[in-house]
Amino acid sequence: MSDTVRDAPTGSPSSNGLEDPGARSGATRGRASAIVGRTRDAFAATPIWAALVGIVGIGWVVVTLDGGTFFASGNLTNILQRSVALGIVAVGQTVAILAGSLDLSVSYLISLASLVGAETMDGRESMLVPAILLTLAVGAAVGLANGLVVTKLRVNPFIATLGMALILRGYIENNYDRPTGSVPESWESFGYTRMGPIPVSIFLFAGVALIVGTTLRRTRFGYHVYAVGGDEQVSVLSGLRTHRVVIAAHVICSVCAALTGLFLASRLGSGTPRVGTDGGYDLESIAAVVLGGTALAGGRGRVAGTVGAVLVLAVLDNVFNQLELDPFLKQAVRGVVIIAAVAVYAQRRKGRQQVATGTAAA
Amino acid sequence: MASGPDVPHHPDGGPAPGVGRADAADDDAVGTAVPRLEMRGIGKAFLGTVVLADVDLTCAAGEVHAVVGENGAGKSTLMKVLAGVHPPDAGEIVIDGVPHTFHHPVQAQAAGVAIIYQEFNLLPERTVAENVWVGREPGRFGLVDRARMRADTQRLLDELGERSFGPRTPVRALSVAQQQVVEVVKARSLDARIVVMDEPTAALADDEVDQLLALVRRLRDQGLAVLYISHRLREVFAVADRITVLKDGRRVDTFSAADTTAGRLVKSMVGRELDAYFPDRAAPDELGAVRLAVRGGANAVLDGIDLDVRAGEIVGIAGLQGAGRTELARAVFGAAPFTSGTVEIDGRSRRLRSPRAGIGAGLGFLTEDRKAEGLVLGQSVRDNTLLARRSGAARGRRRAGTTDVEALTRSTELRAASLEQEVRFLSGGNQQKVVLAKWLALEPGVLLFDEPTRGIDVGAKAAIHDLMRDLARQGRAIVMISSELPELIGMSDRIVVLHEGRIAGELPAGATEQQVIALAAGHHLDDVDETGDAVPGGGAPGDDAAGGGATGDATGGEPRP
Amino acid sequence: MTDATLTPPTGPTPAGDVVEAPPRPSLAARAWRSVARSAPIFAVLAVLLVWIAVENPNFTEPPGFLAFLKRAAPLAVLAAGQYFVIVTGEFDLSVGSLVTVTVVVAAQVLADNPDSTLPVIALVLLIGVAVGIVNGLITTRLQVPSFITTLGMLLILDGAVFYWTDGAPKGSLTEDFRTLGRGGVDDVPGLEQLPWSVVVFLAVGVGAVLLMRANLGKQFMAVGDNDRAAGLSGVPVARVRTIAFVLSGGLAAVAGILLGGFAGVSAQVGDGLEFQAITAVVLGGVVLGGGRGSVVAAIAGALTLEALFTLLNLLGVSGALEDTVEGVIIIAAVAFAAFRLRSDR
Repeated sequence: MSDTVRDAPTGSPSSNGLEDPGARSGATRGRASAIVGRTRDAFAATPIWAALVGIVGIGWVVVTLDGGTFFASGNLTNILQRSVALGIVAVGQTVAILAGSLDLSVSYLISLASLVGAETMDGRESMLVPAILLTLAVGAAVGLANGLVVTKLRVNPFIATLGMALILRGYIENNYDRPTGSVPESWESFGYTRMGPIPVSIFLFAGVALIVGTTLRRTRFGYHVYAVGGDEQVSVLSGLRTHRVVIAAHVICSVCAALTGLFLASRLGSGTPRVGTDGGYDLESIAAVVLGGTALAGGRGRVAGTVGAVLVLAVLDNVFNQLELDPFLKQAVRGVVIIAAVAVYAQRRKGRQQVATGTAAA
Repeated sequence: MASGPDVPHHPDGGPAPGVGRADAADDDAVGTAVPRLEMRGIGKAFLGTVVLADVDLTCAAGEVHAVVGENGAGKSTLMKVLAGVHPPDAGEIVIDGVPHTFHHPVQAQAAGVAIIYQEFNLLPERTVAENVWVGREPGRFGLVDRARMRADTQRLLDELGERSFGPRTPVRALSVAQQQVVEVVKARSLDARIVVMDEPTAALADDEVDQLLALVRRLRDQGLAVLYISHRLREVFAVADRITVLKDGRRVDTFSAADTTAGRLVKSMVGRELDAYFPDRAAPDELGAVRLAVRGGANAVLDGIDLDVRAGEIVGIAGLQGAGRTELARAVFGAAPFTSGTVEIDGRSRRLRSPRAGIGAGLGFLTEDRKAEGLVLGQSVRDNTLLARRSGAARGRRRAGTTDVEALTRSTELRAASLEQEVRFLSGGNQQKVVLAKWLALEPGVLLFDEPTRGIDVGAKAAIHDLMRDLARQGRAIVMISSELPELIGMSDRIVVLHEGRIAGELPAGATEQQVIALAAGHHLDDVDETGDAVPGGGAPGDDAAGGGATGDATGGEPRP
Repeated sequence: MTDATLTPPTGPTPAGDVVEAPPRPSLAARAWRSVARSAPIFAVLAVLLVWIAVENPNFTEPPGFLAFLKRAAPLAVLAAGQYFVIVTGEFDLSVGSLVTVTVVVAAQVLADNPDSTLPVIALVLLIGVAVGIVNGLITTRLQVPSFITTLGMLLILDGAVFYWTDGAPKGSLTEDFRTLGRGGVDDVPGLEQLPWSVVVFLAVGVGAVLLMRANLGKQFMAVGDNDRAAGLSGVPVARVRTIAFVLSGGLAAVAGILLGGFAGVSAQVGDGLEFQAITAVVLGGVVLGGGRGSVVAAIAGALTLEALFTLLNLLGVSGALEDTVEGVIIIAAVAFAAFRLRSDR
């Protein structure tokens, strides 16, 4: 129940436990320890990180018993490498879901982005930056369209983004049927360079997570995302431009998807029409978001949670590979893990609600 | 500008001398300058039904002006007009001498009006500070200055004397009373000059009420104009400078609090003799065997509940908000069961752990909120009437054959264009009749009514009262929860009064409102004599108010559109 | 505030005259009224069918039309199942993989036991029902949102079935088994052959309509519209929702049998079908929150999708752009429905 402890900070025994820690501790703590404390808050608020530690532990035990080495550097690279693609798109999906919406078009957008990017780059260094800009712009346009359909046309996000997925699929299948374009060397090496066991691309993931996460928690826009996702009516009554917030959330989500497409192009050397769908990024990103503690209905959750969930999924993958588990069995176990985790969250919330509201007599 | 009988009130909104603010820094002294708020001739109708007609109301800076009235009198609507939720059909709103027309709540906010609704406008997953400043977060370049936000919020909390929580607490961890304080802080943060509080103490326990009243006085002392809507006359007299009575959408009286009594207020609010309009009660020989018997019923909210209800009897359940009345009904029905104690229906001991069990034992439960809990709004009258019957929960009790929906709806005197009409198009009274028909389809032996005539107009109320008495005469045992004292006293053969989850006492038919209120508030009957004045030592004048709602239930008759 | 009747009273009501109960309209009149009042999907379907007939005159002949129905049957059956789940306010994303499971399991078992068509059919139906029960229990007892439950189930089913077959479906479906999807009743007067899948389709359709008119159907609607009121009126909400999932699972298995017969064994047979089913239901005007919409309209939505595919093919729209057109139309249809819903109130 670490969540409860953190969120309702205990004060002195004489209070009812709801005193504000900042008021007293701010004066006595140094800034550095305040930052440490804040980071600890961030991670403790998302139980998925505890789960990550747990899974790493179990994984290590299991793998060692099986005769392998868990903490080999190749493994670490593997885990981190796997996290990048899903991680970036999941971070974007987090924003969309927090705002009360969701995006099922991401896998096709990823494919499209890889194709557009690689095609524009055409193997030329000079085209690298323009290609990236163009691809991100395409992503933004798709996000804008999604956002408009959801807000102005009032179409349920499930249907709206599903429709967009079909539109993109049609376009892709019509124009591309094989790997296209090629990626210049510098970009390709980005996908493969490592600093020791740590792939450079992880910094892209970390950077995106940091930027988006900070935006959500520190900017006015971020605050509004939580408000709109939490209760649209309250937000409207408070004067927020809810439509703009949702549209912007969709744009962020799609730009992240486009970025993932570019990254995958660097790994593959070119763009491919199936890279997005083969990875199942649409449902996987939503699963990662929910696993990370974000509510499917919106208004609650953090990027930190999504990052943890992505890592958990990557570690699970890795452990299964080490155990040479059949890939299909892996998938089945993933399904069980997702359901179990959300069930645990649901039970905890139920327990917490009963404690907080106590007697609700009329 | 005043319409209605000639009553003592001061022109231009100044409070009576000697009452109210200690340090009025404002220039709104008695009889001079422009009052902070003037509402003139406000009229409003919804879909042809007139809700407000020619209502005037003024409030000065540093004044607490209470607005009282029965359910459906128009209090909430008047406040929503002021808050910009509904533009008025007639009349104008003048703030500090400047006329305003509001088309959106944000405009009212900008003009300095802050309203605190009964159902709070809060984001439970966000912190106190985040809620207070939503949409107006301080900071530059799009970044939120969190330190400043917290400091500003803490400052406001300090100004209001709130110490039990801080800016960083998530709202969902707060109690209802604390959440209300957050709403007040929000209002202060808006630099509100006029604060409206709609039934603020509805969900509060006694000690929390006192804290809130202290808060209200603080706001007044800070120079705000405070409008306070409430049923609870004890609180009204504790905090208001002036009191306006609304009845059926019109302003009937405006009194200065010092110059009037609860009795006069009630007479203004109700305007008729209490007993004249209810069906006759049961004579002792009309009562049959005990159909519902609870012994030692207890759960998280209730304790030591002993209750007997006989065939032919209507037992009224009284109590303040939070006393456990609805919980009692839900426990008996099985929706929120007792954890200890016994329940006997027609002499048989039953474990009622779910609504299905309750229904199977012959119980029916008409809930407080018929739209949220009693009806499936998108379905027809026919389907709603058959809802409980079709659930199969009453299988053991069902007589063979199909239910005659026409006969059932006729017996409840339902007026609908057809049985296939969707229930959401019906009036409140007719909707309640559908709910009743639903339960009658199961031929229940015991019926539990929770606020049976809430939100229903006078004519339909009478019809439902008659129906209830008829049902009792047919040999059923009826339990009725009501916050409307005239109804409670007029209908009940016996009144059981709850106080903080326990039975405070039982009163016979024809008890006085003072007696009911005394018990509900936790006093002893001896503390009150029959004229309603406190026996010396029993409490301050105005405390034991003979009000039509001091056992107030607050979520009035007006749906929140 | 005095409550008023929001619908105008029909003429003066003498005292004592309470419920105006006009004689119940005839079956035909009621049918027409429900069609006219309900989703525009029927009009859209009609337009598409006419257009197809214009492009391909064979369509007006029974064999042509029946071929269309044969193709559409699996999706229509899936849409019916999905309808039950959606109307109670939930989602079932596992139906696509359930179809795949049906086909693959059937093929595998039939490979070793070619003569056991009926037991195999029973087996796959059982699997469908079992999956539905699990989905229902997890959603109602563990409070996991159905989106997640069925998403997880999708992964589990896909993973499990391919694990079992070591990655590639083996075996093939016997002729016997495939009759349901491919064959039909021969020498039917007027038609050359009445395909079994059309028979199944009609049976499912009629069954669904009857179900929705029965107690259970009304309970589905009540649960989707207001589960609190339903529960307090004695409706066993958890059980009702689970039954909806069971129906969805069972019908997915039926759809799998039809598809397997029609298209043979493949690992991708179920890909994306869950989304198609949900789209069909939404096209039919069923609201994603539950509580409203007719099963006939949902089935019409499925037929409309198939008609759309067929039409695009006929018009020579390249296979790929089909998807784009589909996407645009789906968005437009739902936007239009949302618009109508708002202006209705």
